Amino acid sequence: MKKLLLATASAALMASAAMAEVKVGMITTLSGGGAGLGIDVRDGFMLAIEQSGRDDIEVVIEDDQRKPDIAVQLADKMIQSEKVDVLTGIIWSNLAMAVVPASVAQGKFYLSPNAGPSALAGKGCHENYFNVAWQNDNLHEAAGAYANTAGYKNSFILAPNYPAGKDALTGYKRFFGGDLAGEVYTKLGQTDYAAEIAQIRASGADSVFFFLPGGMGISFLKQYADSGVDLPVVGPAFSFDQGILQAVGDAALGVVNTSQWNKDIDNPTNAAFVESFSAKYGRLPSLYASQGFDTANLLISAVDKADVSDADAFRAALEAAEFDSTRGAFKFGPNHHPVQTIYAREVIKEGEVYTNKILGPALEDHADAYAGACKM
Amino acid sequence: MSFLLIAEQVLNGLQFGVMLFLMAAGLTLIFGVMGLINLAHGSLYMVGAFAAAAVAGATGSFLLALIAALAAAALAGAIVEMVVIRRLYAAPHLDQVLATFALILIFSEGTRFVFGSFPLFLDIPDALSGPVTLPGGIEYPLYRLSLIGAGLAVAAGLWFLTARTRIGIQIRAGENDREMIAALGVDISKLYTLVFALGAGLAGLAGALVGAIQSVQVGMGEPVLILAFVVIVIGGIGSIKGAFIGALLVGLTDTLGGVFLPELFKLFMAPDTATQTGSALASMAIYILMSLVLIWRPSGLFGVRL
Repeated sequence: MKKLLLATASAALMASAAMAEVKVGMITTLSGGGAGLGIDVRDGFMLAIEQSGRDDIEVVIEDDQRKPDIAVQLADKMIQSEKVDVLTGIIWSNLAMAVVPASVAQGKFYLSPNAGPSALAGKGCHENYFNVAWQNDNLHEAAGAYANTAGYKNSFILAPNYPAGKDALTGYKRFFGGDLAGEVYTKLGQTDYAAEIAQIRASGADSVFFFLPGGMGISFLKQYADSGVDLPVVGPAFSFDQGILQAVGDAALGVVNTSQWNKDIDNPTNAAFVESFSAKYGRLPSLYASQGFDTANLLISAVDKADVSDADAFRAALEAAEFDSTRGAFKFGPNHHPVQTIYAREVIKEGEVYTNKILGPALEDHADAYAGACKM
Repeated sequence: MSFLLIAEQVLNGLQFGVMLFLMAAGLTLIFGVMGLINLAHGSLYMVGAFAAAAVAGATGSFLLALIAALAAAALAGAIVEMVVIRRLYAAPHLDQVLATFALILIFSEGTRFVFGSFPLFLDIPDALSGPVTLPGGIEYPLYRLSLIGAGLAVAAGLWFLTARTRIGIQIRAGENDREMIAALGVDISKLYTLVFALGAGLAGLAGALVGAIQSVQVGMGEPVLILAFVVIVIGGIGSIKGAFIGALLVGLTDTLGGVFLPELFKLFMAPDTATQTGSALASMAIYILMSLVLIWRPSGLFGVRL
């Protein structure tokens, strides 16, 4: 009996040794401002790898400190000395722009768990670049669509003065049918919004759309709640995400925000994900954690079907995207960006914890505006 | 562009200015008395905010949170002075910059180690929340009004301390001639620790007061630090009065510039370009102000030494 066990074990060992190993390089933000996002992506990704029980996927994780130059150095190191097959992990679009084009040009695969700049979705798309999260404009477009259904006619819109901020307002305006009471670009990293709130008060708007990621959104919402202006607010999920909501507190209650994921999306994969993530890390998963989890499961589905050294077969396996996503059915558009439903959700309080519940879809089977320009 | 909007924006500028003053006062004192460039001043601001958030979370009292912020930042300042800064007084400015920059990294990662990477929650007390209506029909958040009051009170207290007390005389004497007051029997190293702790405490208080309406997170101090340096350069290095006037100038310029420059450009440009040009120019406004002041007065408005 003992011998038999040993034989099976060694046979299993030999089998796994014979299988091609896949080496993944994860470059993400684990320190400095915005580290919460990278940590969630990493934790979600590693949870999926762990649950798969596989030993043929090796993940190397490095911290980019949210600095493009460091991200580039790490990518070079991973490609040249670590010999990774697949890169992933980058949160910020400016870092993605510094790393992704060079990496895919060297024949590596890149699976984006977050950053989805328009430059990589349209003309700059690449057959080895896949985005599992979104194209950056998607959530803003959904916010514009939601504002129409909510009957808003006159929005005041604001975002920081940098490329993603301009994309956000463009995305909102692409779908919003009403007028603009004001359009303001704030300083990146601004923490005091008293001046903008006074403008909102004086503008005669009937609704406010804002995109202010990270600490900027916390500051804005707290100050807005205290200002006595009570116009309805809509925004993308970033300021209402699980990691950030507890710091915003009551100021966020009732705000409608748009997201492609929420913890109450009803499918078995998502339920199991929410439960196992909470059990393992002691906190509710965020949007970013779900994206990390889906990215890893996409990778695993492709490794099951094809050898990574056969790039065409591996790419076809990725394109098929046959994995159970936390978002339910998942499919890629022609530019390797998701075609997906984006929901409107509302901030609620469950016991002592602030979280979101889904109101309904804001845009169904939504593809991005750049896919047409992509020639692969 | 109504009167109400302008009045509200002036109040916003004042409020921003007095909070900047709390940061700049410590920075200018430390530079004036000890000749030290302290880049880690923003970290003390962060320490204050985190201490306040932790204590407010545990006890629910905002007043206790403020006291904790003041105490934690002053204590951190005193320890840093005794352990690190003391070795740097004789060193060139570049060494000081290097060492205090290292302190920023240590404080940031240390705070992350203790409190984690996610922002903390600190809210304004119920008694001060919500808007009030001022004479003239201006609706303004009560908490921001309280910030203006608190800032002015601290400014008055600092003026009294430096102008009317024995310790204030020693501080002013230290600015002018530190060897001489040491020769007169004042314990200069104790005075330095005290001044450093005072400056740190003010930064911590500012962090807690502002943290309640902004976000309490690692790295929150650095953007304010840059503005505080602009303030002390405008006001004249070492001058509390200069820091006060400079802080109000910077606060008003930044706030009013951000609102009215885009409006101004809209008079003769398309709204889209006007917004972008105006916003871009508004973020430069305080640096333009600084350059103008320096051209007019190379040592700042109230600077004495070159």
